Amino acid sequence: MSLVTREAMRSFRRAPLLSTLSVAAIAFSLFTIGLYGLVSINFSQALTGLEERVEVVAFLMRGTPAETVALASEDIAAFPEVLDVRYVSQDEALRRAKEELVEFREAYAELQTNPLPASFEIRLKPGYRRSEQAAAVADRLSGFPFIDDVRFGQDWVVRLDRLRNLATAVQLIIGLAFAVVAVAIIGVTIRITVFQRAEEIAIMRLVGATNGFIRGPFVLEGVMKGALGGVAALALCRIAYVLFRAGIGEQLQDLRFFDTSHMALMLLFGMLIGLLGSLLSVGRHLRRV
Amino acid sequence: MIRFSNVTKRFDNGTEALKDISFQVKKSEFLFLTGHSGAGKSTILSLISAHETPTEGEVRISGLRLQQLKSKDVPRLRRKLGIVFQDFRLLENRTAAENVAFALEVTGARTDTIPGKVMRVLTQVGLASKARAFPQQLSGGEQQRVAIARALVNDPPIFLADEPTGNLDERAARSVFKLLRHIHAGGTSVIMATHNLDLVRRHEYRTVELKQGELVYDSAYDSVEELDPA
Ligand SMILES: Nc1ncnc2c1ncn2[C@@H]1O[C@H](COP(=O)(O)OP(=O)(O)O)[C@@H](O)[C@H]1O
Ligand SMILES: [Mg+2]
Repeated sequence: MSLVTREAMRSFRRAPLLSTLSVAAIAFSLFTIGLYGLVSINFSQALTGLEERVEVVAFLMRGTPAETVALASEDIAAFPEVLDVRYVSQDEALRRAKEELVEFREAYAELQTNPLPASFEIRLKPGYRRSEQAAAVADRLSGFPFIDDVRFGQDWVVRLDRLRNLATAVQLIIGLAFAVVAVAIIGVTIRITVFQRAEEIAIMRLVGATNGFIRGPFVLEGVMKGALGGVAALALCRIAYVLFRAGIGEQLQDLRFFDTSHMALMLLFGMLIGLLGSLLSVGRHLRRV
Repeated sequence: MIRFSNVTKRFDNGTEALKDISFQVKKSEFLFLTGHSGAGKSTILSLISAHETPTEGEVRISGLRLQQLKSKDVPRLRRKLGIVFQDFRLLENRTAAENVAFALEVTGARTDTIPGKVMRVLTQVGLASKARAFPQQLSGGEQQRVAIARALVNDPPIFLADEPTGNLDERAARSVFKLLRHIHAGGTSVIMATHNLDLVRRHEYRTVELKQGELVYDSAYDSVEELDPA
């Protein structure tokens, strides 16, 4: 093991409490950011699933002739955004309503006439599923004289998106606050180590060690603490993930954990916090011994 | 090789440790720096090693003006200097050999060359058999010789010793001094600050005496008047 690594390791033994604190601060900082990451990964996956279900539904005027329906269906299918078009007749609409809305089954049974309109259910191609695009399709459909009403249910997607952005901001602020605390604690640890090692550093200076060399172990120490904090944060995220999964039972089994690149990114970020903490304080304190 | 020109050193607290000091030390010269405690001997040595900078005047080594040295060049200067102190300054948690090796490790010596160099200097100071002893297990004289070995390991052309015998009994002092003479005999310039007048009188080396920061005697000139022709 090189001298630099040995020195870096030594500081853990010299100031175990502060070393633990700085690792913990980095860990919590990354844990907060990591939790956000987990939620966000799974959320966007869920959103992708939901997006596939984004449909434009066009309700037809009563008594629209079958030939018109057939022609219109072909026209709509030819729209560049449209994946497929399904015609739902009045009868089918009623049958579905009875299946889906069990509570109303009896009410529907007593009906003399079918109150439900026929409709086209139009699925959009991937890449055309955002709300503005759906709105454009809906606009064009409204132009057909036999179309009564057009709906596309994406308002809630937009609202969810906004909610997600807010959550992101909150979590990032908390994560950053922890990161700043981590940087500060690393600074304090380094100051203590510098004073504990003052004699050694003075001798290093005396025999002509370069400043870079003297700084080396401190910087490495910061980076190592960062990496440790990163590992701890990943472990915490994993625990949170497993507990959450166990808690919600079987319903959401397609939840995902981080993939390798996410984990590498988290470690890297931890190391960056450590590096920043040590670089910011090492020069200042070393000059004084 | 080393030249002080009208050097005045005032510390931040106002103490004037050196007042208008001028002298030079030639290559391979042995110089005693004498004077009472507080006369300014250590200050002279720390100006040479660039631990301090002069308030007025200049210090040059081989023509290089030390004030102009950038902080990143200071390590390179220090590698050309072997420095020992009255209090040895060994690391207690390292053996004699490790203390010497430390000076090589931290200056980026190749790992495979270190043990050989360490043993060479420990042999030179007569402590090869104590290589694995820790400082507490060594006598004062032995500790000072370990410190000398550490200072020598990078083959410095200039050797600075600040009261190297100050903490030693007479026997140990003599053996340490003998070692410094050997180092000088090998062609190294040696500057030794001391108030051991016994030692100074018994040897025919050049002597510079300080009194309250002023240079009051230089045996190379015999009188202060000659020193200051201007
Ligand atoms: N870092 C310092 N700050 C303030 N005064 C100092 C400092 N170092 C030395 N001095 C003062 O400078 C004078 C010369 O000190 P020094 O060179 O150590 O003398 P010597 O080595 O001859 O005993 C003394 O009065 C001492 O108190
Ligand atoms: Mg002194």
